Amino acid sequence: MQDPSTAGLRLEGVRIVLGERELLSIDRHVMPGETLTVMGPSGSGKSTLLAFVGGFLDPVFKGGGRVLCGGRDISRLPAQERHAGILFQDPLLFPHMSVGGNLVFAIPEAVTGRTARRELAEAALADIGLDGFFERDPDTLSGGQKARVALARVLLAEPNFLLLDEPFSKLDMQLRDQIRALVFERAKSSRLPVILVTHDAADAAAAGGDVIEIG
Amino acid sequence: MLRFAPALAVAILSLPVLAGLAGTVIPAFGYLPALGGTALTLDPFRVVLGQPGLLRSCLIALSCGVVTAAVSTALVAVFVGGWSQTRTFRFMQSLVSPLLAVPHAAAAFGLAFMIAPSGFLARLVSPWATGWTRPPDWLIVNDTFGLSLMAGLIVKEVPFLLLMVLAALPQVPVTASRQLSATLGYGRVSGFLFATWPAIYRQIRLAVFAVIAFASSAVDVAVILGPTTPAPLPVRLVEWMNDPDLSARFMASAGAVLQLGVTLGALLIWLVVEKLGGLMLMRLAARGRRLRRDASVRRVALALMGLTAAIVFGGLGVLALWSVSGLWQFPNVLPDMLSLRGWEKTLPRVGGPLMTTITVGLAATVLSTLIVVASLAREAETGRTGGNRTLFFLYLPLLVPQAGFVFGLKLFLAHGGVGATWTALVLVHLVFVLPYVFLSLSAPWRAFDTRYEAIAAGLGKSRRATFFAIRLPMLARAVFVAMAIGFAVSVGQYLPTVLIGAGRLVTITTEAVALGAGGNRRVIGIYAFLQMLLPFLGFALAALVPALLFRNRRAMKVA
Amino acid sequence: MKTVLAALAALIASTGLTAAAEIDAADWSAVLDDARGETVYFNAWGGSESINAYIDWVGGELQERFGVRLVHVKLDDTANAVATVVTEKAAGKDEDGTIDLIWINGENFASMKRQGLLYGPGWAEQLPNWSYVDIETKPTITTDFTIPTDGMESPWGMAKLVFFYDSARTDTADLPDSADELLAWTKENPGRFSYPQPPDFIGSSFLKQVLSEKIADPSKLLDPVDPAEFADLTKPLFDYLDALHPNLWRSAKAFPKDYPSMSQLLADGELDITFAFNPAEASSAIANDLLPDTVRSFTFSGGTLSNTHFVAIPYNAAAKGGALVTADFLLSPQAQARKQDPDVWGDPTVLAIGKLDDEDRARFETLDLGIATLRPEELGPALPEPHPSWMAMIEEEWAARYGVAN
Repeated sequence: MQDPSTAGLRLEGVRIVLGERELLSIDRHVMPGETLTVMGPSGSGKSTLLAFVGGFLDPVFKGGGRVLCGGRDISRLPAQERHAGILFQDPLLFPHMSVGGNLVFAIPEAVTGRTARRELAEAALADIGLDGFFERDPDTLSGGQKARVALARVLLAEPNFLLLDEPFSKLDMQLRDQIRALVFERAKSSRLPVILVTHDAADAAAAGGDVIEIG
Repeated sequence: MLRFAPALAVAILSLPVLAGLAGTVIPAFGYLPALGGTALTLDPFRVVLGQPGLLRSCLIALSCGVVTAAVSTALVAVFVGGWSQTRTFRFMQSLVSPLLAVPHAAAAFGLAFMIAPSGFLARLVSPWATGWTRPPDWLIVNDTFGLSLMAGLIVKEVPFLLLMVLAALPQVPVTASRQLSATLGYGRVSGFLFATWPAIYRQIRLAVFAVIAFASSAVDVAVILGPTTPAPLPVRLVEWMNDPDLSARFMASAGAVLQLGVTLGALLIWLVVEKLGGLMLMRLAARGRRLRRDASVRRVALALMGLTAAIVFGGLGVLALWSVSGLWQFPNVLPDMLSLRGWEKTLPRVGGPLMTTITVGLAATVLSTLIVVASLAREAETGRTGGNRTLFFLYLPLLVPQAGFVFGLKLFLAHGGVGATWTALVLVHLVFVLPYVFLSLSAPWRAFDTRYEAIAAGLGKSRRATFFAIRLPMLARAVFVAMAIGFAVSVGQYLPTVLIGAGRLVTITTEAVALGAGGNRRVIGIYAFLQMLLPFLGFALAALVPALLFRNRRAMKVA
Repeated sequence: MKTVLAALAALIASTGLTAAAEIDAADWSAVLDDARGETVYFNAWGGSESINAYIDWVGGELQERFGVRLVHVKLDDTANAVATVVTEKAAGKDEDGTIDLIWINGENFASMKRQGLLYGPGWAEQLPNWSYVDIETKPTITTDFTIPTDGMESPWGMAKLVFFYDSARTDTADLPDSADELLAWTKENPGRFSYPQPPDFIGSSFLKQVLSEKIADPSKLLDPVDPAEFADLTKPLFDYLDALHPNLWRSAKAFPKDYPSMSQLLADGELDITFAFNPAEASSAIANDLLPDTVRSFTFSGGTLSNTHFVAIPYNAAAKGGALVTADFLLSPQAQARKQDPDVWGDPTVLAIGKLDDEDRARFETLDLGIATLRPEELGPALPEPHPSWMAMIEEEWAARYGVAN
C-alpha cells in the first residue's frame, strides 16, 4: 500500500492567469481511484487546468504552482513524460491509422515485438466488445464505438492519471450513461486519479468525488 | 535547429530583395565602379526619360496593374456574392481552380491562339457566318492599349483571387450575414457586398496588392500579348538590361527604379480606388438600396467566370492541337493534316530544359516546404505567429516588381563571382516559391486540432514522434498541395530564370517564351503543353499520393 | 610599396600573357588535344527550330569526333550575348567567361571588335577548313558590313534577302521588282505586307534594303554615318516608310516579331509577301509542313542585300580550343552541305565548290534545293551591307518615329 500522503495526484497552489486575469486557483489532492470534478461555464478556463496538468498549456496562458504525481513533481516535465491519459469531447481517433493502429500506437515501448503488441491491442478491443475491429477505419465506427476505442487507447498507454475534458457531452443520452459508467469503472479498477472537467451535474454525480465550482 | 527556421525564412524572403534593390538603385544614380561609374549623377534618369514613347510605356504598365486588379477583384466579389454556397459555385470553383496551375506564359499563348484574327474563334465562325476566307486585318493581339495583355493577366489573376477569397471565407460568418441581409430585403449580391465583403477584402488586401505589382511589371505575358509600339515598361526594361552598350546598364537600372515607381503609383491609385469603392458601397448601403433584382449581374459574373476558364482551357486545347498539326490553313477549324514531326524534332531537345525545370522546381519546393514546416512548428511551440510582420515578409518578394530587384541581384551575384549556376537559380526560385508554400500551408497547419497532439503526448510520445506520427501524416494532403503549388510557381517563373539562368540554364518556360517569338505554332504548342503538363502532374501527385497512402481512411478524404 | 605594386603589375601582366599564349590555332593537333573534354557554350539565336535541330546535330558530331560537348545557349537577340561579355569584362572576368562561341555579324561584330571583346585576330584563317572558303567571289566573307573581319570571326553561311509569296493567291505578274513597286503594290493590297519590328535583324535589314535603293549616293553607306548628314541622307527612307505604313498589316500599329512569324502569317493568309535572309527559307518551310507547297520566291532585279554570318570567340572564352574545333567543323564540307539542305535548314554555303574534292563536291551537287528556291543565277545582284553605324542610327530613328504609338 502506498503512502497516502504521496499517492495519487496533488495540485499545490495551482494558479492559471491570462494576462492580468486569474482564471483559477486550486489546492487539492486526488487519491488513486478517486475523481475530482471541476465545474464551470464555458470560457471559465476549466479546460486550461487540464492543459496545465497535462503539460500542453497554450503559451498565452501562464501557470504556477506544482503538480505532484505519486509524490514526484511533474510540473517541469514535458507532456510526454507525465503520462496523462486524456479524453476530450471528441474521441479524436487518429484518422490516418486503423482502429488497431490507434491502439498499437498507445502501447508503451517496453512491449516489444509486432505480434505481442498486436495481441495486446486485440485483447483490449475484445475487452470493450469490439472484437475483430483491428483493421477497421476509425471513421466507419459509431459514436459509442469510437468513444470506447478512445478509452481503450488511453488505458493501454498505462497512464499515471486521467484527465477528462467533458468526454461525454457529445454522446446521446442513452450512450452517455453507458460510456460514463465504463470510464469510471475502468478508472477505479486501474486505481487512477482522475480530474474531470464538465458543466453537466450528472457527470459530477456519477463521478462521485469532490466537486469544485469555478468561474 | 527549429529555432532558426523563422529567421532563415525571413532572410530568404528579404535579403535577396534588399540586395537586389540596392544593386538596382545604386547604379541608377551612376555609381557602379566596375563600369567606370564613380560619381553620383542623375544622368541615367535623364537618358531613360529621353527614350521615345516612355510615357506611354509607363502608362500601359500602370493601367495594366490597376485595371487587372479592378476587374479581377470586382468579378470575384460579385461572383462569390452571387453564387457562394450553391452547387453552381462549387462547380465553377472546381473549373477555375486548376487555372492557377497554368503558367502565365502558357495561358497567354492559349488566349492568343483563341482570339487572334487567325485564331480558333475566328475559324469557328468562318467563312459560313463571317464570309472571311482570309483572317481580317484586325489588331487584337498586341493591341496598342494593352487590352489583350490585360485580358491575359485577368484570366490568371481571377483564379488566384478566388482562391484567396475562399481561404478567407471561413473566418467570416457568410451564411448568417446572408440570411440576415436577405430578411432585411437585400439582394444576394448587394447584401454580400454591404455586409460581408469589407471583412473579406481586408483579408485579401495584400493579395490584391501582389496582383497589382505583378500585373504592372509582368514581362512574359507582355511579350506575348502586349503592345509593341511601344512595349510596356517591363518589356523595354529587359531590353535595356540586355543592351550591348555598356552605358545602358545605368539606364536599365534607372528604368528599374522607374518601374518601382510605376508599380508604387499603381498601388497608390489603388488606394484611391479602394477608398472610392468603399465610399460608394457605404453610400449605397446608407441609402438602403436593396438592389433586389440582381439576377442579370449574377449571370454576367457567372458567364465571365466560365469564360475565363473556357478561353484558357480552350486555348490550351488548341495549343495541343497545333503541336500535332501539319499545315493548318485559315479558315479550317481542324488541321489540314496531322503530323508528329514537331514532337519528333522537338522532343530530343526538351530533355535538358525539362530536367532543369523539374530539378530546380523540386529543389526549391522541397527546401521551401522544409523551411515553412519548421517555421510553423516553431510557431506552434512559441505560440507566436508573427502576425502582420510575417505577412509583410511573405509578400515582400511578391510586392516588389521582379524586374526591379532581380536585375540588381544578378549584378550582385556576378560581383560575388556567382554566375548562372543551378544553385543560384534554386535560391532565386526559393524567394518566390516560399511565400506561396507558406500561404497555402499555414491555414491548414494552424487549423490543426492540437488536442490530437495532447493525446499523443499523454500516451507518452515524444514531440518528435508526435510530429512525425500524428501531425505530418494528418496534414500530408495539405503539405502535398502546398508543394504542388510551390512547384507550379517555380515552373512558371520567367524573368528570374532568364536573368539568373542567363541562357545557360533554360527551363520549359524560358524556352516557350523565347520560341514564342519565333511564331512557329507547333513549337509553341509543344512547349506550352509541357509547361502546363508539369504543374498538372504535380497536382495529380498531390492528390494521388495521400489518396493511396490513406486509401481506407474516410476521414482523410476531406482535406 | 612601389616594388610590391610593380611585382603585382608584372604578375597580372604575365598571367594575361600566359592565358593568351595557351592556344595557337596554327598548331592544330594541340588545339584538338586541348579541346577534348571541353564544353563549348555556343550562344546562337534560337528562334528557328530547323536551325536549332541543325546545331543539335553539330553537337552530336563534335562529341563523337572530337570529344567536345556543345551546349546551344538560345538567344532571342545576339545583343544579349554581347551584353554578357560586356558585363564580364566590367566585372574583371577576363578568363573563364561564360560564352565560348557566338553566332554573329554586322553591328554586334563591329561593337565587340571595337571594344576588344573578341579573341584573335587571325585565328579564323588558320582553321584547317579555311582553305575551302570562297574568299575570291564572296567579298562579304572578309568584310563584314564594311568592317574587315581580320580573322576574328569564321564564316558560317551566306545570306541574301529574298521575298516569298503564295502562287495560289498572288499572280506572279503582279509581283513588285523594287522598293518603289512594293510601295505601289501595298496600295493595291493594303494590309498584306509587313516587316519584323526593328531592331529585329531581318526588319532592320528591310530598312537598309530600302535605304540602299532610295539614297541618292549609295557609296555614302559604306562609310561610317555622319550624324550631321543623317537626316538629309535618310529622308528618302523615312518618306518611303511614311507612305508605306498606312497600308501595312495592322496599319503598322503592330509588327511581326521576326521572319518565322511572317512565315506563319503567310501560311495563315494574313500576309501575301514576306521575306527572309535565306533563299531556301520557303523550301525549308514547305518541307516542314509550315507553308503550302504553292509558295515561291522572288528578288528585285536591281539587287537585294546580301551578307555573311559568322561565328566568333569572346576574348575571355573558357573553352577556346573547343570553340576553334567547333568553328572548323562548321566550315567542313559535310557540315556545310547538310546546312544547305532545305530539309534541314537551307542556308547557302560559304565554301567554293570548285576547291572541294570530288566526293565533297558531290554532296553539294546532289542537293535538291527545293521547289521554292531560286537558282543561284536567279538570285539577282547583291547589294552590300552599309557600315554598321547606319543600322544603329536608323533603328534609333525608327523607334522614335514608329516605335511609339500614333
